[in-house]
Amino acid sequence: MNTPADLSHSKLVSRPLGARLWSWRYVVLRRLSQFGILLLFFGTAHWAWEWPAKTPLLTGNLSASELFGRIPMADPFAVLQIFLSGHVLQQKVILGAAIVLGFYLLVGGRVFCAWACPVNMVTDLAGWLRARLPIPAMFVVSRNIRYFVLAASLVLSALTGLAAFEWVSPVGMMHREIIFGLGAGAMALTAIFLFDLLILKNGWCGHLCPLGGFWSLVGRTALVRVRFDKTTCTHCGECARVCPEPQVLNLKRLEETGFVTSGECSNCGRCSPLCPEGSLAFDLRPLIRKHGAEGSISSVRRTK
Amino acid sequence: MSDKSITRRDFLVKTAQGASLAVTGGLLWAYLVRQEAKAQPYALRPPGALAEMDFNAACIKCGQCVNACPPDILKLAPAGANLPIGTPYFEPRTGACIMCPDIPCLIACPTGALAPELKDINKARMGLAVIDIENCLSWKGLRCEVCHRDCPLKGKAITLETDPRGLSKHAVFRPMVNSDYCTGCGICEKACPTEVAAIRILPPALVQGKIGDHYRLGWTFDTEITQDFKPSEQAPPAPETSGGKPAGMDYLNDGGGL
Ligand code: SF4
Ligand code: SF4
Ligand code: SF4
Ligand code: SF4
Ligand code: SF4
Repeated sequence: MNTPADLSHSKLVSRPLGARLWSWRYVVLRRLSQFGILLLFFGTAHWAWEWPAKTPLLTGNLSASELFGRIPMADPFAVLQIFLSGHVLQQKVILGAAIVLGFYLLVGGRVFCAWACPVNMVTDLAGWLRARLPIPAMFVVSRNIRYFVLAASLVLSALTGLAAFEWVSPVGMMHREIIFGLGAGAMALTAIFLFDLLILKNGWCGHLCPLGGFWSLVGRTALVRVRFDKTTCTHCGECARVCPEPQVLNLKRLEETGFVTSGECSNCGRCSPLCPEGSLAFDLRPLIRKHGAEGSISSVRRTK
Repeated sequence: MSDKSITRRDFLVKTAQGASLAVTGGLLWAYLVRQEAKAQPYALRPPGALAEMDFNAACIKCGQCVNACPPDILKLAPAGANLPIGTPYFEPRTGACIMCPDIPCLIACPTGALAPELKDINKARMGLAVIDIENCLSWKGLRCEVCHRDCPLKGKAITLETDPRGLSKHAVFRPMVNSDYCTGCGICEKACPTEVAAIRILPPALVQGKIGDHYRLGWTFDTEITQDFKPSEQAPPAPETSGGKPAGMDYLNDGGGL
């Protein structure tokens, strides 16, 4: 009962209320970011928000937009599909896609998922509920399906001459319908919610969504990553329990790398505030070595 | 049977299963996408829109055209509305395009789905006005002509043809649409006072026929007159008269019948 891992666990469950609330800080920030982005779009569309004067603040939606009337942005995955469908795109949307791609290359591809995508709020809710309800797993499915769906989106775009995922995307439906008026997109979201809640844990975002797959690939070289300190970690496993992509917290691998390398990590910040030993923290990749978290060859592994 | 052959067969079966799953899924997905895009062919697009299938390919469904439209007539098709999902359209009866000279919707479009080649809004072809002559008040002989009066290109896109003896002694002013000029803005449809608009905008492809190149319209100026279709050199026959009265139209117009 007194292994270091057990001690860590009891440390976690006996935290005072303040510490518990504080551990929600990234969730609160993420919701602010997700709602804030939708609000900026909505305010510009419905209340004619302007900044600078006489310029619409943020037009469009997450597929393509324009900030301050001059900075174009576009979803690179959508642009890639349109390109493959055979349409010659205009410069503006290509520049927009490059800007967005550059941003997420730096901060982490799936930062889009955790900090911008509105569907994430739905699937997080399903995940949160599922963790508190006795719902048994129905089956195990590979998390790599999303890469096949991603490939299929691209192939089908070329074959049908239509951006294949954009025509069925629940992500598109959700932000479009929040900003531009409601339709039956809510049904698709309900389906995703129920799928995640009852059928497959983290089913949509963790297994199927090709946009998440796309951003996972983009996120491999991200600058902002979760640093891992193997000298303090007790292998209690609390982090992997809350992570929607627990495979990225493979502790053996983390001991070698010193940080979460997988692009599937969305920098959601669930793990680090929860770690009872403070072994996980956001950091910039080039600084991680300086902060002494690199795995040294001579280290004795705690796990076999 | 060796272990090796079992694993190999396993592998082959798994591959076949995976492949058939992928193909079935892919076909279903492609079918869905095509159905969505074909949804309803009556969607009217903002000015400058590419031909329907090209437009569906190019539009990224961002709604920047919707944001830019001053009278706020454009909408993005919601899911489940039997319209190509997420793409912009307008319904003239409730909101017609006011034909902004600077075409802000087109300027805002980042993809070229609204083609920047369109510089003059009068050259836009969002649709074509079609009159239901059975239910048009003017065609029935009442004085309406609202569509003509409101048309931004009146006298070109809509002309009035007068028929002095359309209904007994009562002159009729019949609105006629000219496809060379009609932009499909829908102002006429919006303005038409009948319970259900008697003039409506439809995608030109749905209403316009095509005569085929082999027809020679000998009487139009731009058609070369061929050997066997020369106008007769002879003077036309003198108008027929009967009982000292002028024939046809002149007779009625002169009040001779009364
Ligand atoms: S996986 Fe897809 S739906 Fe989920 S948060 Fe990422 S982009 Fe959104
Ligand atoms: S021309 Fe003007 S009124 Fe017509 S759709 Fe474009 S922005 Fe709207
Ligand atoms: S601005 Fe262009 S790409 Fe965006 S919704 Fe309108 S037509 Fe489509
Ligand atoms: S749609 Fe109607 S109002 Fe507009 S140009 Fe054509 S005839 Fe005129
Ligand atoms: S406004 Fe309607 S009823 Fe009046 S003339 Fe035009 S089509 Fe006919």
